[in-house]
Amino acid sequence: MFKRIILLLAGVWMMSAPVAAQDQPEATLIPSAVLRVEEAGLPPISRLELPPEDLGFAGARLAIEDNDTTGRFMGQDFEAEEVVTTPDAAADEMDRLIDEGVEFIVVLADDETMLSLADHAGDRVMLFNATAHGDNLRGTDCRANTIHVAPSHAMLADGLAQFLMWKKWSRWFLIEGSHPEDAAFAEALRRSATKFGAKIVEERVYEDTGGARRTDSGHVQVQKQMPVFTQRAAEHDVVVAADDAGIFAGYLPYQTWDPRPVTGSAGLMPRAWHAAMEAWGASQFQNRFEKLTNRPMRDEDYLTWLALRMIGEAATRSQSSDPATLKEFMLSDQFEVAGFKGQKLTMRDWDHQVRQPILLVTDLLLTSVSPQDEYLHQVSQLDTLGIDRSETECTF
Amino acid sequence: MKHLLTLVLCLAATPVLANRVFVSNEKGNDVTVLDSETLEVIGSYPVGNRPRGITISPDGKELYVCASDDDLVRVFDPETMEETHTLPSGPDPELFVLHPSGNPLYIANEDDNLVTVVDTETHQVLAEIPVGVEPEGMGVSPDGKVVINTSETTNMAHFIDSETFEITANVLVDSRPRFAEYNHDGSKLYVSAEIGGTVSVIDPATQEIVHKIEFEIPGVLPEAIQPVGVRVTSDGSRVFVALGPANRVAVIDGETDEVLEYLLVGQRVWQMAFTPDEKLLFTTNGNSNDVSVIDVESLEVVKSVPVGQQPWGVVVAPD
Repeated sequence: MFKRIILLLAGVWMMSAPVAAQDQPEATLIPSAVLRVEEAGLPPISRLELPPEDLGFAGARLAIEDNDTTGRFMGQDFEAEEVVTTPDAAADEMDRLIDEGVEFIVVLADDETMLSLADHAGDRVMLFNATAHGDNLRGTDCRANTIHVAPSHAMLADGLAQFLMWKKWSRWFLIEGSHPEDAAFAEALRRSATKFGAKIVEERVYEDTGGARRTDSGHVQVQKQMPVFTQRAAEHDVVVAADDAGIFAGYLPYQTWDPRPVTGSAGLMPRAWHAAMEAWGASQFQNRFEKLTNRPMRDEDYLTWLALRMIGEAATRSQSSDPATLKEFMLSDQFEVAGFKGQKLTMRDWDHQVRQPILLVTDLLLTSVSPQDEYLHQVSQLDTLGIDRSETECTF
Repeated sequence: MKHLLTLVLCLAATPVLANRVFVSNEKGNDVTVLDSETLEVIGSYPVGNRPRGITISPDGKELYVCASDDDLVRVFDPETMEETHTLPSGPDPELFVLHPSGNPLYIANEDDNLVTVVDTETHQVLAEIPVGVEPEGMGVSPDGKVVINTSETTNMAHFIDSETFEITANVLVDSRPRFAEYNHDGSKLYVSAEIGGTVSVIDPATQEIVHKIEFEIPGVLPEAIQPVGVRVTSDGSRVFVALGPANRVAVIDGETDEVLEYLLVGQRVWQMAFTPDEKLLFTTNGNSNDVSVIDVESLEVVKSVPVGQQPWGVVVAPD
């Protein structure tokens, strides 16, 4: 088999004038890295969501396989070094990677670390933000060296809001957690309510006071606490939970005082990806991932895959392996990449956010995909999600 | 009464050229068979798991179905719809093309980045050709010398020598190329790009893109225009392109590459097949679970026929 590939490659280089790199006997290496910054924290409230050891990295491995398969025809070879680090050590790790010659780094970190790494990196390297949703990172704190592959809070909130308005569920009971990221998501939800005409009729904060979480028979406590916490809210159509920290939202469905659907951080959730997605060729993409990793794909894997595929796609389209050319191409209006979401994904030049549909999912299935058809836009319907050009607070 | 009898005799005397139309239903795990004359459903028959690509031998004696989740090609007697044998296909066969002579069969293995070549007589695998990521579209030149594979994530049309099984050229096209189809004199190769929203017209002699067909439909979002299946009339004058969730089939002038018309069909139209006389064109509409029938002469959609769950591919038996 290997022999045959070699033979074929030889054939490819000799004969395929249109794209193959004829005068490159050796493939050009395009090195990148995936930097996963881990913080010590509590385990998730469901044991089904325990993070796998290869979280994000698995997506990188698939992307590198995909890029290399195409690279065979282009004379390009892709690599992604996998690094696990802590918030304190992340900057040093980044320096080490840059010293090694890495030009593209996918970062899996929270908002604060993402921003400090972007400032630390400066113009030495291009970063891809795969997990930080903060709107400030695309607004007042935007950095020219960062491409946001992860959807922003505003995009997630708008995706959910469009669906709720389509359902005519316009009276929201907003419950936010007490962590800063919860407050950030809640703020995005308030903005979405105003943007699409929903009314937040009641707001409450669920304080994280620690506590039993996953103790034996903890459900008895939950069953008592949640109805009490949600009782006597103003008349509402839905509960919208902002719980990025993953403290309480998972306990809300079926435990609210009033029989209302739960959305946001539990129940119907806006996400970048879902392992049950089958449409738009996603089945075979999921199959390839599962064959490689023996587990379902998570958002972090999808977004890391997408970031590295963007590099691969830029290399194929620009027919270049030069990092500066690739960076410029990715940020240009010519750039587009297919991401198994039914349409091409492109770049917002005003804040370097990747445009993408938002999936609305329950635990087992895809419920809908936003933008909803009814929300139109003069440039791209995807710009009905998140911060549009005229609203941006970002200046590079 | 006498008149009627004469009429009946007349009808009996002229052979009615009805052809069987076979539609693979991806989620229904069966094939729906229609009569091309009456446009009635003859029956539906189980064909294995996740049937997608479907084709028939030039002599009309063998019906081939890619049973994607069974990792093989199942072969049926088109008359009885009994399975006669299977062919090894490599993993996850999606779409395939028969050499014009009827042998061999070139199969795209979507999950494994391969094209598998199978001898339809000896049932042996002749070659496995490594191609780009997610191979799907398969076309063959009219002289049978060149096989085209498109890879959906690599975004290339790979030109493969049908005898040596070596790749001779790679042409970069727009995102997610789904289908490759030559015109009958072999002077043009059409490659559709689902996410790119275009059809590249390639000159097979130079392997260069000479034109890119773009689509614009008033009232339809550009993102919904996703070209997949392509069929060309044998005189090369008309090219039909299925536009997926735009629910339209575009009609293109084969000479000028200009779009002439958009025909409204069922939802999420992907694949198409002509009757041998090219009077009718059948389209598979995956979301409305039906087949639209287009009158090729008048360019009108004359009927839609409900079939099974998520119809994917279609082929019409030869005369």
